[in-house]
Amino acid sequence: MYDKVKVFIGLAIFVVAALSIVGYNMSVGDKDGFRTDGKPGPEKPAGHEKCVKETAYMQTSHMVLLNKWRDEVIREGKRELVETVGGEMVEKSLQNGCLSCHVSKIKFCDRCHEYANVKPYCWDCHLAPVETPASKEAH
Amino acid sequence: MDNTRRKFLKLAGLTAAAGVGATVIGSKAMASGAPAHGAPAGHGAPAAAHGGGHGDVATGVRQAIVIDTGKFNDNPGLAEKCQQACHSYHNVPDFGNPKDEIKWIWTDKFANVFPEHSHYKKDDRISSMDIIAMCNHCENPPCVRACPTQATFKNADGAVMMDFHRCIGCRFCMAACPYGARSFNWRSPRGVDKEGHPFIEKMNPKFPSRMRGVVEKCSLCSWRTKKGLDPLCVEEANKTAADAMIFGDLNDKDSKVAKLLRSKFTIQRKPALGTKPSIFYII
Amino acid sequence: MVNKVLKGNGLYWGWLSLLLMIMGAGAVSYLVQFNYGLGATGMSRDVTWGIYISQFTFLVGVAAGGLMLVLPYYLHDYKAFGRITILGEFMAIAAIVMCLMFIIADLGQPMRATNVILHPSPNSMLFYDMIVLNGYLFLNVLCGTVVLHSEYKGIKYPRWIKPFIYLSIPWAISIHTVTAFLYAGLPGRHFWLTAVLAPRFLASAFAAGPALLLIIALIMQRTAGFNVGRIAKDKLVTIIGYAAIINFFLVGCELFTAYYSNMPGHMHTLDYLFFGLVDHSTGIMHNNLVPFMRAFVVMGVVGIGLLFAARRAKSDAMLATACVLIFVSFWIDKGLGLVLGGFVPSPMEHVTEYVPTVVEIGVAVGIWATGFFVLTLLYKMVVAVKRRSEDLLEIE
Repeated sequence: MYDKVKVFIGLAIFVVAALSIVGYNMSVGDKDGFRTDGKPGPEKPAGHEKCVKETAYMQTSHMVLLNKWRDEVIREGKRELVETVGGEMVEKSLQNGCLSCHVSKIKFCDRCHEYANVKPYCWDCHLAPVETPASKEAH
Repeated sequence: MDNTRRKFLKLAGLTAAAGVGATVIGSKAMASGAPAHGAPAGHGAPAAAHGGGHGDVATGVRQAIVIDTGKFNDNPGLAEKCQQACHSYHNVPDFGNPKDEIKWIWTDKFANVFPEHSHYKKDDRISSMDIIAMCNHCENPPCVRACPTQATFKNADGAVMMDFHRCIGCRFCMAACPYGARSFNWRSPRGVDKEGHPFIEKMNPKFPSRMRGVVEKCSLCSWRTKKGLDPLCVEEANKTAADAMIFGDLNDKDSKVAKLLRSKFTIQRKPALGTKPSIFYII
Repeated sequence: MVNKVLKGNGLYWGWLSLLLMIMGAGAVSYLVQFNYGLGATGMSRDVTWGIYISQFTFLVGVAAGGLMLVLPYYLHDYKAFGRITILGEFMAIAAIVMCLMFIIADLGQPMRATNVILHPSPNSMLFYDMIVLNGYLFLNVLCGTVVLHSEYKGIKYPRWIKPFIYLSIPWAISIHTVTAFLYAGLPGRHFWLTAVLAPRFLASAFAAGPALLLIIALIMQRTAGFNVGRIAKDKLVTIIGYAAIINFFLVGCELFTAYYSNMPGHMHTLDYLFFGLVDHSTGIMHNNLVPFMRAFVVMGVVGIGLLFAARRAKSDAMLATACVLIFVSFWIDKGLGLVLGGFVPSPMEHVTEYVPTVVEIGVAVGIWATGFFVLTLLYKMVVAVKRRSEDLLEIE
């Protein structure tokens, strides 16, 4: 083969470049939002024990539930309250339901979304609660 | 009558989905329109348009508003208050120019709101009056017919709704609406003008804004009416002048609107188009 | 066969480079629009469709116009069209590509375009438009390439393609009919609410489409030595001429109905287009489109006269002039007046005029350039294949 040296130099540059992204991600970023095992740690709302579904379901499928609520509320007019697992009644609404307990988008929604690099278009229209200095501050 | 036509159109739609040439369907659908109409809705139908018209069986809820224009005329600034109540709650932006304008409820002169009722020798009161205009929540909404994604649709209460999540921004509904009730987000409503002044002066955290590229309009406050509340404009109007706007179910014989419509002469906007508006005006 | 597009003279490459540059400018314009929103165009709350949808409407006609070449050749076995039928099919491909691009350019949320398929709405004419346009694109790609490839290989096209060719004939009618139904089914837009809209669309399409084709064929005769043949040209004159006359007849029908009945709603838009309309709430006269619409009439009538004169004189220069006149005339009629006029007056009887912005024109010109780019590549293939098969014949 010709240019063996060049090929290896090129490969080396590629490997370094690829690894540098990982290194960059490890070196920067808000460590506060992460658990000790390195996974994101969204902050649960204080004073509310349970969500409308079990945590495992909410972690994987909250977007499915939100889409279902959206269709039910807007298209079918089913605006009745929903009961949380803990027995609280909440509005079937992202803005007036979910975010009434989860008062900080930054500390709840964004932590996982940023980790997973997803950019849901919810916030193009729906308003996040005003982040108070306390909620912005890392604990 | 209407029912058979609708069934036929649905059948025609299904056939088309099965892959039959669209021309055939088009011509069939057109042909079916003619006999089903019987006495065509188009010609001199104002009388037929009230209360459902055409011998329709009144089924389900049909939300409606009666607007007493005289009460608005006696209370200058009342219509603006209604608009303010609506627009500020619903985060309707103000771009400060007619090109980008978004409005859910507004006023215009009699000749513009009722071009087909207008004539040369109107009395001075009518000529000078500002009349409230808004989405008519038609029983036969042309916008719903036009929408290619069902982003705009009729809900169970008879209100014509928008699903902003689904709208692709083709603006076919705006071409279809004979009342100019629809607005498009030509630019981001969350932006700021040259002086840095936001288009939505004060965001209402209880309600979403919209994003650019979707159509919006009055939703007859479906989020309120479900809870038994009047639409915001109606509530605001009645604070100043009792019964300036009356909201209720047209199909409920005993509702206030139904009784009022039986006892008072009212008009609708462009009834000859067969859209059957749910907004009635006492002039 | 496809490799033929990679061989060409300086003129060919120069033309393609020019188109690429315009396409680039169009792409930049679109980025501006994409980032700002459709507010970057001249469209407004009252005039909600502008040159994008009007170009779309006109180009559906150009695509349907290909039918006028396919039908005589395949249905009536009209041999003189042997060399140009494929041009009609390929012109339809380029036109539909432009149509689809104009629709995407016009969407407020282009990323959600698939919602039309995800939430099919058989009550909407746009749903059918999507079906017929994509179907027509498919049919023309299929028929055009199969037939051309067979010729390239020096054999007759396979029999199985015949049903598709026959299907493409009513399909061509359907694309423009459905496009007309987009407008003709809307209550409260008097200018569009007319049963002759679909026939008028077809008439102007059957004139403008073949006119464009003839112009291009005459250019190719000069630049690529591709001769259509006198008989085919004369026949095209008949087709373009009669279709254009029928279009004017239907325009006349509209004028009669509006002005003899004297109904304000029916007269308003025609007033606006041909004479100017005063907004009765402001007293201001609006007449932006009047010079265009008058030019439409003059150019159209002169074009028709010149067209038949050119045939008599056997003059290609006259013929080209006539076709340009008719094409531009009908472009003004349908690609400008029809869509923009329909929004005047507004439902509240105000008059708002529309002037496209630079960004908007950039996008539109970019899309036209893309269409011509596609067309050039396709026609390059055609010319190469036709030359080859004719050389083979001579050898035999």
